[in-house]
Amino acid sequence: MSHRETVTRWALAGLAAATATIGSALAQTPAAPAAPPPVKLGIVSFLTGPAASPFGIPGRNGAEIVIEALNAGKAPAPFNTVGFGGSKIEAKYVDEAGTVANVVTEYRNLVQRDQVDAVIGYVSSGSCLAVTPVAEELKALTVFYDCGTTRIFEEKPRNYVFRVSPHATMDNVAAARYLVAKKKNITSFSGINQNYAWGQDSWRDFLGAMKVLAPKAEADKVLFPKLFAGEYGAEVSTLLTSKSQALHTSFFDGDLEGLVYQEQARGLDKRMTIIMTTGEAAIWRLRDKLPDGTIIGGRGANGPLARDTEINKWFQKIYTDRYNIPPTYPSYQMAQSLLGLKIAYDKAAKAGAKPTADQIAAAFKGIEFEGPAGHVKMMLGDGHQGITETAYGTYRFNKQKKEPEIVDIIRYPAECVNPPAGVEAEAWIKDGMKGAKCN
Amino acid sequence: MLITFAILTDGLVYAAYLFIVAIGLTLIFGVMKILNVTHGSFYAFGAYGAATAVGIYSNADWPAAAGFLFMLVLAMAIGLVMGLILERGLLRLVYGKDEVVIVLVTYATFLILEDVIVLIWGPQSYAAYQPMVSAGNIEIGELVLSNYDIVLVAIAAGLAGLAYWSLKFTRYGRLLTTVIFDRETAAAFGINVTLVYSATFVIGAMLGALGGAMMAPKIAVTLGIGVEVIVLAFAVVAIGGMGSIEGALVGALIVGICRAAAVHLVPQIELFVIYGVMALVLVARPYGLFVRAQPRKI
Amino acid sequence: MFLFAAAAAPLLPEWIVSLTTIAFANALVVLGLVVLWRVGLVSFGQALYYCIGAYVVALLARWTGLTDAFALIVIGGVAAGLVAVLIGFLLARYREIFFAMLSLALSMILYGVLVKTESLGSSDGFSVTTPTFLGYAPHREALGLSLYWLTLGVDAIAAVLVGAYFRSVAGALAAPIRDNEIRVEFLGVSVNSIIHAKVVIAGILGGLGGALAAMAIGHVDPNMAYWTTSGSFVFVTILAGAGSVAAAFVGSLVFEAVRSFAVDVMPGLWQMTLGSVLLLTILFLPDGLGSLVSRLKRRGEVQRP
Repeated sequence: MSHRETVTRWALAGLAAATATIGSALAQTPAAPAAPPPVKLGIVSFLTGPAASPFGIPGRNGAEIVIEALNAGKAPAPFNTVGFGGSKIEAKYVDEAGTVANVVTEYRNLVQRDQVDAVIGYVSSGSCLAVTPVAEELKALTVFYDCGTTRIFEEKPRNYVFRVSPHATMDNVAAARYLVAKKKNITSFSGINQNYAWGQDSWRDFLGAMKVLAPKAEADKVLFPKLFAGEYGAEVSTLLTSKSQALHTSFFDGDLEGLVYQEQARGLDKRMTIIMTTGEAAIWRLRDKLPDGTIIGGRGANGPLARDTEINKWFQKIYTDRYNIPPTYPSYQMAQSLLGLKIAYDKAAKAGAKPTADQIAAAFKGIEFEGPAGHVKMMLGDGHQGITETAYGTYRFNKQKKEPEIVDIIRYPAECVNPPAGVEAEAWIKDGMKGAKCN
Repeated sequence: MLITFAILTDGLVYAAYLFIVAIGLTLIFGVMKILNVTHGSFYAFGAYGAATAVGIYSNADWPAAAGFLFMLVLAMAIGLVMGLILERGLLRLVYGKDEVVIVLVTYATFLILEDVIVLIWGPQSYAAYQPMVSAGNIEIGELVLSNYDIVLVAIAAGLAGLAYWSLKFTRYGRLLTTVIFDRETAAAFGINVTLVYSATFVIGAMLGALGGAMMAPKIAVTLGIGVEVIVLAFAVVAIGGMGSIEGALVGALIVGICRAAAVHLVPQIELFVIYGVMALVLVARPYGLFVRAQPRKI
Repeated sequence: MFLFAAAAAPLLPEWIVSLTTIAFANALVVLGLVVLWRVGLVSFGQALYYCIGAYVVALLARWTGLTDAFALIVIGGVAAGLVAVLIGFLLARYREIFFAMLSLALSMILYGVLVKTESLGSSDGFSVTTPTFLGYAPHREALGLSLYWLTLGVDAIAAVLVGAYFRSVAGALAAPIRDNEIRVEFLGVSVNSIIHAKVVIAGILGGLGGALAAMAIGHVDPNMAYWTTSGSFVFVTILAGAGSVAAAFVGSLVFEAVRSFAVDVMPGLWQMTLGSVLLLTILFLPDGLGSLVSRLKRRGEVQRP
């Protein structure tokens, strides 16, 4: 036979062998070690793509450092027992990037192929919404750490899905409250949000809250540029022609930084105060480029907005020592999720044997605990959705210390900016936010 | 009145950005008939290179103009090197094959290069804002314009002029036009088509990288900036006609102004203005605005 | 081959079954692309039909309570087909890159519309109600297997029909049209009509694939209409090659396996792995994986005395 035919033959054989090997490697479940069997966690966040740097990787780092501390039993009380229920934690990190089909496939791989005991993860609301029915179907314990949509627990009751981090309604209601507190006579405000669910929902909640808190103020320019557009020249021009006193944005990372550079070059922030609902994640990168006077939110009392408790100081120290940059809110959210799961697991494991997903879920419902970002109450969604207090502040770059600072912090108790149990967030805002317990 | 002026200026700035990005693509397509998806990578590498350059010169405290030039030169050098490696190393292997296959080779290369960026620069985003900030701004009535944007428009106009002049009046330019028109006949006349191909690809790569470098000070240089740019560049080239520099210019202007108008007046449709324009133009002129229909060959 | 795959299913772990179901659903879209590629056209907008099929299924289940899988996929395929008939009038006049660009533009317009539509969940999409099968309402493993067999069944029927089409006159004219349209027209055949028909066939296949995928994934979102989704279908088409019908299914399976493997083993660099695989395939197997199969067949034939 000719040389080409030989090559082809070997190539085919190699391909067949490779496929067989891949198939069997994928089908194998890792052997469990002697005793006690470790708790396997799947940690999913964006490791590639534009959402990796601001959310996915800080989340992943937060997981890594907290798991290390837990395995060594070095976390502050009441988290100072080893791992979960005495067993060490083994984490597998998976990339959330790809289509929804990919996300769902990788979730099934984690649960069915790798047989993890729980999955913690997901930044994108789309991923969370897609994974939820699969988690319920497979009866797999899942904790969402970052995604902000209110739909997860409002559409249907869930049994195996939990979210310790509060959803995004809180961020925008608190933003409205802070703005009205600081600018009592505001007459006009504008918004620039990304044209997808996150941006649309953020604006809807903010607008709704403003209608209740400052009925005389009007929304002027409502802009929705494409996600990851990066170039906002026309939008900045449009805003320069507006008479608004404030600008609401839920932009994050690349888009937020691009917007800040472009608007600063044209002096927009001198004409209107900018409210950045996720600004906390960017202050360590923007530093002196972020204009003084910007209103900053952190999706909760995270980072510089957090209270100076022992557990917060511990978390900031271990994270900064390892990664050379202070933790931002995705890291906090991941830490809170892990700690919440630990409490549930420890509670369920008291009987001695390895707890089932049902037992952990039952133990998780309705718990309360103190984490680095403050007090968490699993109060909404029938005990599956957490609420915490939040805080907003004003940004200042301290020129002597050359460090970013957030001053003028106002804290909003959880029940002030979250809907009460059993009430849908959007309806609650439309109805005037009845039942809000603010001080 | 103010709004009209704003729409015009915004449209011009966006058009300048589109033109710089699209001109390399249309050149490569016109000469080599290759729809180069890797163009997005050239853009991204140019942007990342610019960020690195800005890092270097701002630490060394160079004057703004020198730093800006250094940034552009470094980006073009990166484009040059990448263009050479890709053209010699990869494209040579697939020249004779079906057009679609070549497009897919460039798509595969783009995927690989996306992760190469991560390997070189890591997943975090970079800032290169110094040139934009040091350029300052000017006020025209209520509107404030960034001087950097004006520089962008000037460079785009300069590029357009340079391209037009070199195509019409230099020897290389006229060789290029001949090859675009009919490759086989050009080869029959003794023109070294292979050399023209290499040179064109490399120039296209440099222009793509230049586009990335010029945009870097305005945006955050992060993963995925190549992806968005590809579709935009393709749309502009499709509208203007493949291989036509005038087409790229006019296409960029049309898209830029339409988009600016949408943002100011009807923000809801901003998302699909560019695709709508492309669809409309293609319906009216199937080969783009500036390319006349090819006579059908029997 | 389909019988073997169908029989093997109950023995395989659940995660392989669901992965394969999605791959086989996508394979239908790829089959449509193969139909078009044979006539020299590459569509960068098949995601349009994929998305239409998926959303029709999801919306019908949500608004009318219709959950029967058979009915849903038929309606999904027909809806996509109708859109293809309409668009085909325009699209059939274009060739080469302009065909690709126009199809891309149309799918991106759908994407834009869906993202702006908040009542449909905007960019988050919404979930698909669990399907039933003529009254039978399975759960968990049985549901996975039912979907798998349904997908295989549809794939098998599609494979047979498309194979028959390839052997028909219209199908056989694909290569001549690709080489020289004008001469084919001199034969008295309307080239535009044939291409229109092919666009419709690809559209129906795309819609069927989308409908099945929607049920297998359980969620639909506007990203299904984005150009990168179209791009990945084209990727698989090249991987598979236009040689045979079976190639579309094998190629889709290999692609899904490689992608999953890459994410598992190299979570931060899986794009590079995928790109390298594509590049190597193009360089060394320019006619795709399908050509390996046909080469083996030929060798087998030659060796017979």
